[in-house]
Amino acid sequence: MKIRLSFIFFITIIIFVIFVFFKSLFENKNYVPKKINNKIENILIKDFYSDNELELKKLFDNEKFIIINIWSSWCIPCREEHKYLVNLSKVKNLKIIGLNYKDKKNNAENFLKQLGNPFDLILKDMDGTKSIFLGAYGVPETFLIDNELNILKKYIGPINIKDVNEINKLIND
Amino acid sequence: MIRKLSRFIFLLLILNFFYFENVFADISKVDEISKNLRCLVCQGQSVYDSNSDFALSVKMLISDKLSSGATEDEIYIFLKSKYGDWIVYEPEFNKYTLVLWILPLFLFIIGGLLIVRKVFINRKEK
Repeated sequence: MKIRLSFIFFITIIIFVIFVFFKSLFENKNYVPKKINNKIENILIKDFYSDNELELKKLFDNEKFIIINIWSSWCIPCREEHKYLVNLSKVKNLKIIGLNYKDKKNNAENFLKQLGNPFDLILKDMDGTKSIFLGAYGVPETFLIDNELNILKKYIGPINIKDVNEINKLIND
Repeated sequence: MIRKLSRFIFLLLILNFFYFENVFADISKVDEISKNLRCLVCQGQSVYDSNSDFALSVKMLISDKLSSGATEDEIYIFLKSKYGDWIVYEPEFNKYTLVLWILPLFLFIIGGLLIVRKVFINRKEK
């Protein structure tokens, strides 16, 4: 009886370990927290050109949605995704705001001269703290935000054509 | 004379210590908090250990928040609301982490019971 009980206990533990192992083996490796607050505070961010502080909520004119794209001239994936942002800039009722991350003004301007400027407005985040308010991990990162400052969609890393289509779909729905 | 001088130097050293303690008070608080935070873009490093852009920004933000009067707990709550519970090393006790907290205790008790039983049975057999 004693042997049987410990045997059952042993087998249960083995099954449990195998179950956890296989479950996590096929899990998505990118951690996306479920319990995050998707609302951004109405923070002040400096304008890239004028250095004036702008309220996030006042960036909306008549648009229902804005896209905030965190970019930097030193970031290689930003170059890759830039054409998709240019693509998105043609969409009506969508404002694209660039948040220039830890960059030099000259380099950033050259970057836009080279690849085109899809942004309706450029803000700057010299020390990276504003990006933390957005819940960003680094560059590039793209946020689709509604006029209540809710994050509807967050793209970590460069966006691609699939993401562009998804954004288009979300806006039109 | 020498005794007086050495006393004076001693006093200076103590004052110096207090002075620098004040200067570094804020920095050490930032260090203390950042040691409890996981660097989300690094492999197995805390925000304190890392020099990644993410970690540097978080450290800057902690410093800003502290100087604007936020408490340590408020900073953890703020960061958790942005990045989820994963950013803090110590998981909060809630229904999702129940097993995590209870299981080691449970196993410890079972192990203890097994040892007690074994010893008890051995003694009986003797």
